[in-house]
Amino acid sequence: MRYLDGFRNPDTAAALVSHISDLAAILAQRRESINIMEVCGSHTMAIARFALRELLPENLRLTSGPGCPVCVTDAGYIDAAIALAKEGHIIASFGDLLHVPGSGNTLAQCRSEGAAIEICASPTQALEIARQNPKRQIVFLAIGFETSIAPVTTLIPSASKENIENLSLLTAFKLVPPALKALSSDPEIKIDAFLCPAHVSAIIGAQAYEPFVNEHHIPCVIAGFEPLDILYGIEGILRQLVAEKAFVENQYSRVVRAEGNRVAQEIIAKYLQAADASWRGIGIIPESGLKIAAAYSKYDSTARFGIEIRVGHPNPACRCGDVLKGKIIPPECTLFAKACTPAHPVGPCMVSGEGSCSAYHKYSR
Amino acid sequence: MCLAVPMEIVSVSDDGTAALVNMDGTQCSVDLSLTPGIQEGDFVVVHAGFAIEKLDRDEAEVRLQLFEELAQTQREEIARRNGGE
Repeated sequence: MRYLDGFRNPDTAAALVSHISDLAAILAQRRESINIMEVCGSHTMAIARFALRELLPENLRLTSGPGCPVCVTDAGYIDAAIALAKEGHIIASFGDLLHVPGSGNTLAQCRSEGAAIEICASPTQALEIARQNPKRQIVFLAIGFETSIAPVTTLIPSASKENIENLSLLTAFKLVPPALKALSSDPEIKIDAFLCPAHVSAIIGAQAYEPFVNEHHIPCVIAGFEPLDILYGIEGILRQLVAEKAFVENQYSRVVRAEGNRVAQEIIAKYLQAADASWRGIGIIPESGLKIAAAYSKYDSTARFGIEIRVGHPNPACRCGDVLKGKIIPPECTLFAKACTPAHPVGPCMVSGEGSCSAYHKYSR
Repeated sequence: MCLAVPMEIVSVSDDGTAALVNMDGTQCSVDLSLTPGIQEGDFVVVHAGFAIEKLDRDEAEVRLQLFEELAQTQREEIARRNGGE
């Protein structure tokens, strides 16, 4: 299809890479290196899959950020989901999450021991599970960034409309702009520019990054997930750095509007409210998450079952936290490809198909 | 997880809340709650069973043209450098 193949043309890519090298050579005279963080896991995977890192000049470093929702899900959240499964409730979840280790087990292990854990490709499947099991409680594991938050949140009005009383959401929603702010404020991490996520931006809109850019003066370029999108995004970043400017540039204009998806934003604003969120390996970032608004607390699993999500205790040898912050690359972790593999992941970055460790393991060894 | 692919709308349900989409010959149903007003023949970006945004075909063409123009300028630059050696 033209809207995929057109953005993968290798001949155009080669010319773009050459242009990027020219810009990087200008910057090499001014600074030691150029550190670009690709925030989104789908960018991480595309960069690895199309071997883009190998094409780029040596003074340009692409670092993966915390934008894989499964990877940043706290061990304590998994513990809470396992506890609810063991009480006999039906857990409905996106598939990736089943293999993420909590403080002890994974949901997959819990399932093999007989717990009712259903995999959903779409949140609407949770409604069907609820209809078919009127005497059981269904807990949907509501994780994700803005892209997933909007579809998942529609479960609340849908359940309400149909008078479905046995469905609730265990939320661990996360927001991208507060994460950019937290990463930029960490003195141990030096990021020159952000390659901003494609589909998160489709929901929040290009202008959602403006307060961050105005405050921190770090270029933010929104790019699609195809190779030419990513290369052109990098080119746009380098152009800003050469000109010593910082602004929001939307290069994924075929999908992302300046104002974003208003319908999705209205659903989020109506049913959810800001909350502090705990990011695996990073810790609590103030107001970087969303929870169910007080008026709809009957759909909140923590309220329904009187539980709270505590801080988990993941394997201390796992360095996913440092990977998520861009402090190390996966092979620098002693567990990588030894104790921790896609078949037996220790940390969440090896679990998810979009995790940095998984991407490195699959494409860069 | 935020991967979403462009799909073409084959038909929209009578109440406008769902649509049948085509992706490389495979058809499936998507929810249109987040993208009201979508019509047959539109391309949408689909994530977790929901159309999250309409793909603007004019913008896609403009972008492809922009990539090609930049690439062409660079090819000429490379040829100029090689010719100058």
